[in-house]
Amino acid sequence: MKNPIQALNKIFDSRIRLGVMSVLVVNDSVSFNDLKQLLELTDGNLASHLNTLEQAAYIKMHKAFVGRKTNTTYTITELGKQSFKGHLDALEKMIKGI
Amino acid sequence: MNQQEQLDTLNDIRNIMNRSSKFISLSGLSGIFAGITALVGAYFAHQAIEKYLAGSYGYGIDADFNIELTLLKIGVTVLLIALLGGIFFTYRQSKKKNLPIWDSTTKKLLINLAIPLASGGFFILALLLNHSHAVALIAPSTLVFYGLALINASKYTYSDIRFLGICEIILGVIAMFNIGLGLYFWALGFGILHILYGTIMYFKYEKN
Repeated sequence: MKNPIQALNKIFDSRIRLGVMSVLVVNDSVSFNDLKQLLELTDGNLASHLNTLEQAAYIKMHKAFVGRKTNTTYTITELGKQSFKGHLDALEKMIKGI
Repeated sequence: MNQQEQLDTLNDIRNIMNRSSKFISLSGLSGIFAGITALVGAYFAHQAIEKYLAGSYGYGIDADFNIELTLLKIGVTVLLIALLGGIFFTYRQSKKKNLPIWDSTTKKLLINLAIPLASGGFFILALLLNHSHAVALIAPSTLVFYGLALINASKYTYSDIRFLGICEIILGVIAMFNIGLGLYFWALGFGILHILYGTIMYFKYEKN
């Protein structure tokens, strides 16, 4: 039998990145500030994790202006959805297998 | 990584999904409170209608206009008290859960609740303005549109609300064909059902 640990996605090792994906998979579009509030993180910490996810093409960033302020929102990509689902399936298999 | 750790992770994920997409500070107590308020309001409305039917209004008073005004006053008072109670209990619950009371889930819930409710409001207004004999259809209409509003909003809060919405619509439809019993159906839908549902929600999500 294949080792189920191999199916776990390295990018989702971090709880914060897993949290970001959990929020984005059930919401159409979420702003940076809402993510910060939901996951109780600092700006810098959240930004670096978002960057990792964006580079993996799991999420997409959208910049817009509300008055003079920038409003940054994030959406999940199709690849991100599939990877997240695959990761959850792998987690489930591990729990059932033990 | 052991099994417990995996379970915790999955639990975390589910928690975050729920918290970010659904408004879960809705308190069952606000349902109970709204139900009691509605019953008291229905009692006063019943008294007023009895008085109207008995013809005990004096000379110089337009009885038809007077009863409509009285019922309107009762309706608005019930709505305000129930709303204030709802806001109070929800505020308390969000403090207890340490969640923000005003975030994107609150907005989504309110907007989706408001769309069918506002349409219903306009419909009833048009009914009253154009058909003077349609007064008896007000109670069934409020039940149906309130039910639709609950079903529409149930995606953004506890899904139990959906079933409550279906019950309100069924009551409204039955009431439509039993003109004259409108007030009883109204008391059943807004009073008894709210109390019942509030109690179930309270024991399911808050009492532990």
